[in-house]
Amino acid sequence: MTKGLKWAADLVLYLCALFFLFPIYWMITGSFKSQSMAVQIPPELFPSAPTTANYTKLFAESEVVRWLLNSVLIAGGSTLLACIVATMAGYAFTKHRFTGQAVLFGLVIVTMMIPRQLGLVPLFTLMKNLHLVNNGWSVILPVMALPFAAFLMKQFSQTVPNELLEAGKIDGCSEIALFTKLFLPVVKPGIGALAIFVFSFSWNDYLWQLIMLSDESKMTINVGISTLVSEFSANYGAQMAAATMGFIPIFVVFIAFQRYFVKGITVGSVKG
Amino acid sequence: MPGGAFSAAADFLRQVHEESWDKIMASRAYREFWGFFFILPFLLVFAAFEIYPFLDAIYLSLFDYGIGRKEWIGFGNYSHLLGDDVFLKSIRNTFLLVLGVVPLSVGFSLAAASIVIHKSAAVASFFRASFYLPIVTSQVILSIAWLWIYNPMTGVANYGLSLFGIEPVMWLSDSSVTLVAVIIVVITWCVGQPFILYLAGLGGIPSSYYEAASIDGASPWRKFWSITLPLLKPTTLYVVVTTTIGAFQTFVVIQLLTGGGPNYSTTTIMYMLYETAFKYGNLGLASAMGVLLAVLISIFSLIQFKFFRSDVEY
Repeated sequence: MTKGLKWAADLVLYLCALFFLFPIYWMITGSFKSQSMAVQIPPELFPSAPTTANYTKLFAESEVVRWLLNSVLIAGGSTLLACIVATMAGYAFTKHRFTGQAVLFGLVIVTMMIPRQLGLVPLFTLMKNLHLVNNGWSVILPVMALPFAAFLMKQFSQTVPNELLEAGKIDGCSEIALFTKLFLPVVKPGIGALAIFVFSFSWNDYLWQLIMLSDESKMTINVGISTLVSEFSANYGAQMAAATMGFIPIFVVFIAFQRYFVKGITVGSVKG
Repeated sequence: MPGGAFSAAADFLRQVHEESWDKIMASRAYREFWGFFFILPFLLVFAAFEIYPFLDAIYLSLFDYGIGRKEWIGFGNYSHLLGDDVFLKSIRNTFLLVLGVVPLSVGFSLAAASIVIHKSAAVASFFRASFYLPIVTSQVILSIAWLWIYNPMTGVANYGLSLFGIEPVMWLSDSSVTLVAVIIVVITWCVGQPFILYLAGLGGIPSSYYEAASIDGASPWRKFWSITLPLLKPTTLYVVVTTTIGAFQTFVVIQLLTGGGPNYSTTTIMYMLYETAFKYGNLGLASAMGVLLAVLISIFSLIQFKFFRSDVEY
């Protein structure tokens, strides 16, 4: 490749990165623009007279704090429970033998390929019969059943040497101790990657949350924000403030655990 | 006396425990017990919230099922859907969306990764974060930002075009451009994962392959076609299949940006399914849509598996 072509390719790449980041930049800066500044043409690339009025309005007129709390509880609860369930499953799949093991793992693989939305209607009816409409459990339980989580933990569990567990058995460890004292410490990094995956999955599981959580006080942040689009219609600054409030927590998680994000993506696919 | 019965049972168990502990340990039942002990939590939730809904959806699709009615109609829902213009349009829109999103985002990811792999770790890290951030940011939040960007009067998209002397575009209300507007948005959250995977895949190709090719006088393009692409085939398969599955289920951006309109020009199968079930209460019909969607996705995935299967072994 010639030097000029290389330079042009680099330029295009950086422009694309800016294009991808632009909506986020526009949202954050827009949240500090007053209603008249937000609709002014030409628009200001950076608010010249930033205001926090949008945030004041947001906190006064919506339950955004409640929604954030709901999201944290639901995503956190889903993560904790899904990690326990999937880690046990990964252990059972790789370090134990039970009847129907191969069939069950086959089902896990098959269901990973089926769109979850196929089961939307029956799942809705099921939750209604369990009286879990407008209840956080209705969105936590399906996340615990994610086949990808079990698959991911099976991949990680395979890397734990069998010799380690055999040595533990000879030393007289109980089955529970083998799992908690020997197995868990070794798969810890894998659980970290899974936790990040489940947390962001649950945080963004919008469609299902929209169906199950219609009560304003029960909504998660994404569902809540989406209702503000019509409530704050044409008030773009206030809409952006709401969106920014939803962005910050997950952004913090992303920055703090970026390593695990990448690991979760790569382990789940090519190296599997 | 419950207390007495309890201690008797405990004595018996202790006896069993002491006398044939080794035998029990080695027995099949013991192994089965612990295997099931660890799989049980997953088995329960997986059966109840994954397998059962899938099977029940297929069953329900054979009923005229809604609030206060449930009547067996065989394949009635399916024949209704295949004769429904709006549903056929939603299939067409979904196909166009998939055909627009998948090649563009996968092609772009591969090109970007091929450039970034030669850069320093810090630059690679910048691009990984830039391309992955839109995925983290949730489709709801991005859609709301785009709703403003696309506003024909006050949005920055038309302002940007006006700098080049281009007339304002009615991004979300002119049915000839709405699907393009939707595709642009969807691509921004479809690039992050393929990019990271391609970067990892490219990093795994031994540089000796390229050096050997250089000695043989191979051009950069030749190296790309004969070394890089074949070796990345497993990554490409995974990326194409998962991006296709994701694009087939596009929902959020439709709900927030266009509501399926104008004139059903952006109604996807998923959006129509949602409206049919949860707005109009036709649960049986919606289940049939879900089944058809799953069938379409399976067909696409199978074709892709056939096409991209790594038949080249190194």
